[in-house]
Amino acid sequence: MVHLTAEEKSSVTSLWGKMNVDEAGGEALGRLLVVYPWTQRFFDNFGNLSSSSAIMGNPKVKAHGKKVLTSFGDAIKNMDNLKGAFAKLSELHCDKLHVDPENFRLLGNVLVIILATHFGKDFTPEVQVAWQKLVSGVAIALAHKYH
Amino acid sequence: MVHFTAEEKAIITSLWAKVNVEETGGEALGRLLVVYPWTQRFFDNFGNLSSASAIMGNPKVKAHGKKVLSSLGEAVTHMDDLKDAFAHLSELHCDRLHVDPENFRLLGNVLVIVLAHHFGREFTPQVQAAWKKLMSAVAIALGHKYH
Repeated sequence: MVHLTAEEKSSVTSLWGKMNVDEAGGEALGRLLVVYPWTQRFFDNFGNLSSSSAIMGNPKVKAHGKKVLTSFGDAIKNMDNLKGAFAKLSELHCDKLHVDPENFRLLGNVLVIILATHFGKDFTPEVQVAWQKLVSGVAIALAHKYH
Repeated sequence: MVHFTAEEKAIITSLWAKVNVEETGGEALGRLLVVYPWTQRFFDNFGNLSSASAIMGNPKVKAHGKKVLSSLGEAVTHMDDLKDAFAHLSELHCDRLHVDPENFRLLGNVLVIVLAHHFGREFTPQVQAAWKKLMSAVAIALGHKYH
């Protein structure tokens, strides 16, 4: 289980408090689909994903991105029990959605990059460590129920 | 072999022209050592690496980071021929330095994060995709002579 120190938890929570989850969610999912184009296969019914601008402007991408990142908010409130918090989502992604867990790591990376672009000076090395730890923890928790 | 479109090359070259190699190199290597602490094992003789601020301020880290990033400048001018451009460095990292090629991927990830951090909104999804491609290709080229 990934363990975050009190200082790391506080870095994470404080940055999260300044995030516009709606926008960041859409941006994270959009960038995932642009930078790792094979991930588009999970979103066949999303309409136009034919170019970077089509993807970033696509309303279904934005809506789904918001949903995904809101659920990340659950991670922030349950940093000591990520496996418990994500158990149902893990089963869903394995049994119904058939998503390779590698994609959770890719999305986590993209999220870290977005934080870096948005937060500039606030995104110090220590803050980066805390967030990379959290996204790894979430990826592990999401993969935990896979069989 | 990884193939870059004309547009990707233009994106990469244009961002590279604005990069302060000295600062960015130091920052990328520093963040690698902070975020992935086991990488410090390659730099036993670098002195004080005991905390994030010690690492980020360490003059040997900065100097070596600059060296590493300057060599990445070679990648930018040899995008069609990365395996040859990095053949010597690949042999060096395998035969003398004994560096696990996974570390090239880690450094590539950190560099993308540092660029995102510096360039903020300018680091668009297309720019991210092009640089991610370059980093993956450099990691492959550096791993190419391993045996």
